[in-house]
Amino acid sequence: MNPAIQGLMTIVFGVGGCLAYFFLSNVVLDTFIFPAKGKNAGRNINRANMVRPWLFLFPALLVLGLYLAYPVFETLRLSLSARLPGGGYEFVGLDNYRQLLNESKFWEALRNNFLWLAVVPAASTAIGLLVAQLTDRISWGSAAKSLIFMPMAISFVGASVIFKLIYDTRPSGLEQIGILNAIWLQFDGGIWSTITLKVVPAIIIVAFGIVCVWIAWLLVRPMIQKGSRPEGPFIKVVRVILAVLALLLAVSSVTGLISLLSATMAYGQPQTWLTVPFYNNFFLMVVLIWIQTGFAMVILSAALRGIPEETVEAAIVDGAGPFQIFFKIKVPQIMGTIVVVWTTITITVLKVFDIVFAMTNGQWETQVLANYMYDKLFRAFDWGVGSAAAMVIMLLVTPILVWNVYNARKEMR
Amino acid sequence: MDNIAGSKSSLTWAVHISTLLLVILWVFPTVGLFVSSFRTGDQIATSGWWKAMLPSEQVITLRTASPDEAMQQVDGVYVVEGNLFTEQEPLDIGAFGTSSRDPEAAEPGQTFDMGDGETMTVQPNGDYRWTSTEEMSGRGQRVFVTAEIPPEFTLANYDTVLGQGVLQSLITFAAGSIVVGFAAFWIARQIGFAGPKGVGFIVGIIAFALLTWIYGIGTGIRTGSGSDDMGKAFFATLTVTVPATIIPIVVAAFAAYALAWMDFPGRALLIAAIVGLLVVPLQLALIPLLRFHLNVGIGKGYLGVWLAHTGFGMPLAIYLLRNYMAGLPRDIIENAKVDGATDFQIFTKIILPLSFPALASFAIFQFLWTWNDLLVAKVFLIDPTQGTTVMTDQIVQLMGSRGGQWEILATAAFVSIAVPLVVFFSMQKYLVRGLLAGSVK
Repeated sequence: MNPAIQGLMTIVFGVGGCLAYFFLSNVVLDTFIFPAKGKNAGRNINRANMVRPWLFLFPALLVLGLYLAYPVFETLRLSLSARLPGGGYEFVGLDNYRQLLNESKFWEALRNNFLWLAVVPAASTAIGLLVAQLTDRISWGSAAKSLIFMPMAISFVGASVIFKLIYDTRPSGLEQIGILNAIWLQFDGGIWSTITLKVVPAIIIVAFGIVCVWIAWLLVRPMIQKGSRPEGPFIKVVRVILAVLALLLAVSSVTGLISLLSATMAYGQPQTWLTVPFYNNFFLMVVLIWIQTGFAMVILSAALRGIPEETVEAAIVDGAGPFQIFFKIKVPQIMGTIVVVWTTITITVLKVFDIVFAMTNGQWETQVLANYMYDKLFRAFDWGVGSAAAMVIMLLVTPILVWNVYNARKEMR
Repeated sequence: MDNIAGSKSSLTWAVHISTLLLVILWVFPTVGLFVSSFRTGDQIATSGWWKAMLPSEQVITLRTASPDEAMQQVDGVYVVEGNLFTEQEPLDIGAFGTSSRDPEAAEPGQTFDMGDGETMTVQPNGDYRWTSTEEMSGRGQRVFVTAEIPPEFTLANYDTVLGQGVLQSLITFAAGSIVVGFAAFWIARQIGFAGPKGVGFIVGIIAFALLTWIYGIGTGIRTGSGSDDMGKAFFATLTVTVPATIIPIVVAAFAAYALAWMDFPGRALLIAAIVGLLVVPLQLALIPLLRFHLNVGIGKGYLGVWLAHTGFGMPLAIYLLRNYMAGLPRDIIENAKVDGATDFQIFTKIILPLSFPALASFAIFQFLWTWNDLLVAKVFLIDPTQGTTVMTDQIVQLMGSRGGQWEILATAAFVSIAVPLVVFFSMQKYLVRGLLAGSVK
């Protein structure tokens, strides 16, 4: 049979079954169980209306419960137990977690994950904001936007192939077919090499460090200054934690600066980019940044459009320059949206599996939690430790979960 | 804002240039893959794709005629003469040699001493003269020739990956369906079916184009080996994607309606729970669900993947659709109730048509990420006969087995990217609308 027809048949059965449920269940309810006629018509209609929401909700709740809620608890249980030879499980307490903490690969994955969490959301949001602001004013802005948005449609695996071609390496002497090496071989250690490879990155790192310190200051300021509105202890704790994280990033940017300036570059030698420890993480992150920037751009540009024009006009009348307008008028007004974009990308980063799996498979110190977990589960068949790793991911998501629910409930009122 | 004094500044040029640079930077990688998919393996290996339009210098191996047939004896020397380009297009030779270690040993026109009393002369046009003091026999002498090869683009990669002639029929079908579709659209406009029906027509055109595409992919004569066969993987992906897009929409739409417009105890709690479930990582679900599927007897197959995708897409679907439906005017629904409509009728006859934008945007999302998914398919859809391998998984396998063969890899990747790109560019408006509805208040 032609595979097209085969596919079509299965599709018809799957979708048809689903539609049939909703239609038939309502028909059964209205004509057999509580028919809206006879002497009990009124009571029957009321009863049917009490049952109907649950009829509508039933498949959704079943699927949600089975595929999202139940696994959380089941994974928790599995992470506390070990498989017995010959089937069955026994409770082993925190043994799996202990084993997890003793593995260097886990710490590597955790460290890399934090690196991803620090870099990818920040870079995507920043570039997305930049593009949103740039395209806001020019005539071909929407065309530019859809081109930058395009990678959203490309699978992580497809993007991995695309970037593998960019990072491709051939032995020295042969012509390089990866653009990165072709560019790299243009550098010879002269003045331009120093400027592009040392001075410019150094400026970027310094700027990043300053921004981190600034963010930390913004977070802490309301608690130090008098006259600001009082806040609950929960928010205070969150502020302190975020400020400490920002300061840690600033410190790490200083150490990064030192290692950058003291590094010796292998000019004229083609590099196998994906095997250079530590830096290869960044080459993988580029793929996700490339994909996520469009998402950040679309949402931020809508937020920029939503800024009331009077505020901008007032600033112009007061003599503010374009940069002041951007950083002092526009950015504070869309801070809420920036946070939403940031969190959404953070969740994506925590789940990212495909890129690492397809490009390096965690070799050369590029392991991340999701891929580590997959390795444990489906390569080593160590379900206990794999579940423990999954619970670590859940733990990292929990603050966002709480914050989401908190926000949603605030909006409902 | 441009009409405000002072806002039209000297920065305008900087804005244009930096936007252009960013756009180029963002498009460049994909273009590379696209261009590479049309180049021959030799060309990809010898020059970067950004030089694809320029002639490239390549070393090719040719062979002289066999001495057994073409050898003559002239003045006591054995000679084989002829032209190297008897079996292919003539090229302009830049250098030649008779050893693979030194393919550029001699200039054209020079006489190259091969040792053992043998010499070789090759003219720029390929005429050669091979002499020896002793009698020669066996096969012809190998000659390595360095030549400028003009840029060459080929559909052969698609023939390998999809099947013979599939790409050609795809292009024909797609062009034909677009022409037919737009003609129908235009005629409908002339008759007077404009307005909201226009959306239906455009969707119809896209659906028609996709269907002919699918038919086109089915037409190929399979030539590639099992692991190169993206045609089969295409259908596997499609079989996963279509129900995994439609089922969650149907299920979520009913649930969203119940959560938005029906009164029952525990509604607020349910909504909060769904918002919480939005962020639960699907990694958590892998083992418990795999065990559940194996226990229930679904095993690893399409049904399991559909259910998994339905489950993982459900929170976002309900969240998006509920937000949208809750914003619909209350009057319409109350009027319908007064007229005696049941909830089922209100839902199918009023709410569903009105919710089209939200439904479309979620449909695009779910389509894109079920099409692009690797993890769920890898866990829930493994078939030892490889009959159900989806495209993403197939590409990962190709990356392992065909790491150096960029022509296969690039083409396979482009095949898997093509459909989402078509959907993305044609339905972008709804995608953006959905993103905004979900993320910004």
